[in-house]
Amino acid sequence: MIDLLTIFVLAVFVGFEVVSKVSTILHTPLMSGANAIHGVILVGAILITGSAESTLELVLGLIAVFLATVNVVGGFVVTDRMLEMFKR
Amino acid sequence: MYLVASVCFVLALKGLSSPKYARYGNFIGAFGMLVAVVTAYVHGVVHNGLWILVAVALGVAVGIPAARSVKMTAIPQMVALFNGVGGAAAALVALAEFFAVPDTTVLFRLATVLTVLIGSVSFSGSVVTFLKLQELMTTRPVLLPAGQQLAIAAAASSVALCAVTMAVPNGLLLWLLAVVGLALGVLFVLPVGGADVPIAISLLNAFTGLAVAASGYVLANTLLIVAGTLVGASGTILTRLMAQAMGRSLANILFGAFKATTAVAQGEEQRTVKSGTVEDVAILLGYANNVVVVPGYGLAVAQAQHAVRELVAQLERRGVSVAYGIHPVAGRMPGHMNVLLAEADVPYEQLKELDDVNPGITSVDVAVVVGANDVVNPGARDEPSSPIYGMPIFDVDRAKSVVFMKRSMRPGFAGVDNELLYNPKTTLLFGDAKDSLTKLLAAVKQL
Repeated sequence: MIDLLTIFVLAVFVGFEVVSKVSTILHTPLMSGANAIHGVILVGAILITGSAESTLELVLGLIAVFLATVNVVGGFVVTDRMLEMFKR
Repeated sequence: MYLVASVCFVLALKGLSSPKYARYGNFIGAFGMLVAVVTAYVHGVVHNGLWILVAVALGVAVGIPAARSVKMTAIPQMVALFNGVGGAAAALVALAEFFAVPDTTVLFRLATVLTVLIGSVSFSGSVVTFLKLQELMTTRPVLLPAGQQLAIAAAASSVALCAVTMAVPNGLLLWLLAVVGLALGVLFVLPVGGADVPIAISLLNAFTGLAVAASGYVLANTLLIVAGTLVGASGTILTRLMAQAMGRSLANILFGAFKATTAVAQGEEQRTVKSGTVEDVAILLGYANNVVVVPGYGLAVAQAQHAVRELVAQLERRGVSVAYGIHPVAGRMPGHMNVLLAEADVPYEQLKELDDVNPGITSVDVAVVVGANDVVNPGARDEPSSPIYGMPIFDVDRAKSVVFMKRSMRPGFAGVDNELLYNPKTTLLFGDAKDSLTKLLAAVKQL
């Protein structure tokens, strides 16, 4: 548990550090990109469904897999579309 | 492998914060995600593998077309929706894990209740922001009669439920917590005024990140903790940056809730405005030296980005110096207008920010406001009673003259009346922005 907490605290600092200076132009894509990254819950959803024993777990897990997939693919595609606009 | 994915996510966020590497950043993030998901599937799946593939395929079948077909103007609500489903997924994962392993330590239970609660708040809150941005419901702040008390009650009962569920792990209580979380999310976003909705999205985005991080504890999965925390932390910073761009504190946005909105809009009689013809405006523009165009969401809605670029090009051929004044929150999200104008091939160098435009505004001959309203409302500067007081604006009322292109006298997204419309320096040009701009272009060519 302490290990996990250590990871958490370090990740907080990395998160703060990485985006501390961003121009307003990139606020929207950055938010959208971060949005896609938290779609990593897909990993959790897959793990939970892959070891599900009861029907309830299976159903909950599958819905989670579906929603998380929408989050991931939608997030990355939308971000890419936005950034495409900036390409010169 | 999870370490590889974690590094990819850090690099992705890093890349996304610099214009040059933003696109690579996004690719790296997507690559990291692919690595993580394949790893999870190969190593973590004992059974139900086929079902999972079906669910993923369905998700792809829904997500990609949605993301591909959405109009650039509707991006913010799309992001809100993707964010919401992510939060819901996190809550469901924690619920499923709870039913799989109900008997755990207190710390794991804490992580479980937090995931369920934050995930639910994020989901319902995002749905409400979607409805607001899509204008399926009013964009004005919704103040329920006892909204504040209700929100406090919901918050208090969610805390109580968390505590009880931790002491007595019970599936029913956890479901109840999810329901309370959903209610809390709705109550939390309803009073947020239209112009502040983007900031609420960013905050909910950070929330989902935290929910994912908490679910990482539940599953003892470091990748979820790292990625969720990264998003939570960067989302919090981003929310603050956005709030700063609006010149408002976060607390003010969330809890100040535009209390005076209706008071300002009411109590005014029919006042006279000066409306001009296309020819008048063409002459005004054609013989000016210095023009600033302030585009807003109305321009995007009318799909007039290209029309405005052509008009500006024509004016430049006549030797008029033209710049675009881009307000940080023009459009529906910070930076939204930059995306839209970039789409129309408007060169970067012409896009000026507030601090570049305002100091020299008095020497500007004509300020052209196209489909913008709140970002040029002098009330934000002069009237402490105005709901948007304190938001930085373009001081176009200090330019020598103002042309205001509007569809109607309807107030802007924030629902606040604009004093600038009644200013004697202001000429109004009613009509669809694209239509007006095309006619203007023709008229300027004939000068």
